[in-house]
Amino acid sequence: MIEVKDLSKHFDGLVVLDRVSFKVADEKLIVILGPSGTGKTVLLKSMVGLIPADGGEVLFDGVSILTAAKQKLYEIRKNIGYVFQGTALFDSMNVFENIALPILEHTSMDRKTVQEQIRRILQIIGLEGKEELYPRALSGGMRRLVAIGRALALDPKYLFYDEPTTGLDPIARDRVVGLIIALKRKYKKSGIVVTHDLETARAVGDEVYMLKNARLKRLSKVDKEFYE
Amino acid sequence: MNIISGIGDFSQFLARSVFIPWNIHRTKDRILEQVYNVGIGSLPIIVIIATFVGLVTTVQTSYQLIGTVPRYLLGSTVGRMVVIELGPVLTALMVSGRCASSMAAEIGTMRVTEQLDALEVMAIDPYRFLSLPRIIGTVISMPLLCVIAEFDALLFAGLYAHYFLNVPFSVFNYGLTHYFFVRDFFGGLVKTLFFGLVIATSGCYFGFQVKGGAREVGRSATYAVVVSSILILILDFLIALVVFG
Repeated sequence: MIEVKDLSKHFDGLVVLDRVSFKVADEKLIVILGPSGTGKTVLLKSMVGLIPADGGEVLFDGVSILTAAKQKLYEIRKNIGYVFQGTALFDSMNVFENIALPILEHTSMDRKTVQEQIRRILQIIGLEGKEELYPRALSGGMRRLVAIGRALALDPKYLFYDEPTTGLDPIARDRVVGLIIALKRKYKKSGIVVTHDLETARAVGDEVYMLKNARLKRLSKVDKEFYE
Repeated sequence: MNIISGIGDFSQFLARSVFIPWNIHRTKDRILEQVYNVGIGSLPIIVIIATFVGLVTTVQTSYQLIGTVPRYLLGSTVGRMVVIELGPVLTALMVSGRCASSMAAEIGTMRVTEQLDALEVMAIDPYRFLSLPRIIGTVISMPLLCVIAEFDALLFAGLYAHYFLNVPFSVFNYGLTHYFFVRDFFGGLVKTLFFGLVIATSGCYFGFQVKGGAREVGRSATYAVVVSSILILILDFLIALVVFG
């Protein structure tokens, strides 16, 4: 379970997160909705320690990430797969190398086992046979899928998706949404989806929150409250 | 004040990149990749520069010495200038222009496109993953490049002296070897180790400092070259004081 307690962040006097609190139960996906520029990405990055929070606490299975020493922080992060909005794929590496990197860095698997693991991940994300391609040769949707594949490399318990469907055509979006749902139902991955896309929120969220004016509010009727 | 805090940041960055637990098995491929990029990649430009350094040094030295001192002193003067000073410093300045900028631009682009954040969130230390192999790779490459540059410069210096200045190979070689001191040669090589350290550290440091977009990436590449070139000349002076002073 992830517990966020009173998380706060401001930049140069502008309050972006004001005592934000919520929980993510195991095998549940929560969606954080909100227009662009409201601090959704800041929230996600603060939760994994990429942006230092001003106050509050984030607990992963009861262990605080914000006060953890480097070694402990890295141990917690191995259990988190993070899909960046711009994918953040390594452009000097092909698909295989991108997905294999965390495995090669953190495990002692032999080459054959790594290949088997990558083959399995490529099967899950539906990109078999694309392992030799470089990110520049992939479409936006495929890059998003590879980013999800890389996030899955260490078989993490939690997945964080930052705007996973933004800028995708409807077919690619459906593919990404289908994958997110499959990862939750079939592979029991819990986590957070940050998006400003209402359809994605409706499709994947067990709970939907709205980030507005630095505060988080749980939505019961997504459409009505979002448009209000 | 800015310079002092900059020196502090730079030193802290170097310490953070070098004094870090790392595993040779996981890092050796990336070190070899950097040896290839810096060493083999810089070889063509180093050979061209060294050739002309050898030729120009011979022309200038002969202009000043021939007719006033024995001809074999041409070999010794050119040899010592190349081995002590010109070989190491010009090699370092060339590698700085070529590699410090490319390291800063590459890492800066990774910063802008969140690839450094991706490493962090995958629990991979970016300093260990990016800086350490570049620093070790450059430190390994520099003495090798310097030896090649010195050999190339002296070869062309000897050829020019033989064919255009009427100083036979045997005479040139006599001066070169008669006044060859091991301390000169190794003093020059020791310099290149420090030069390699500042070139790679500057490139990585300014890459990691990038905040913003394409303009800042370009600026960081420029800073990396300017700062590493200045540091090379300062270090050259300090090492000259210690070794030859």
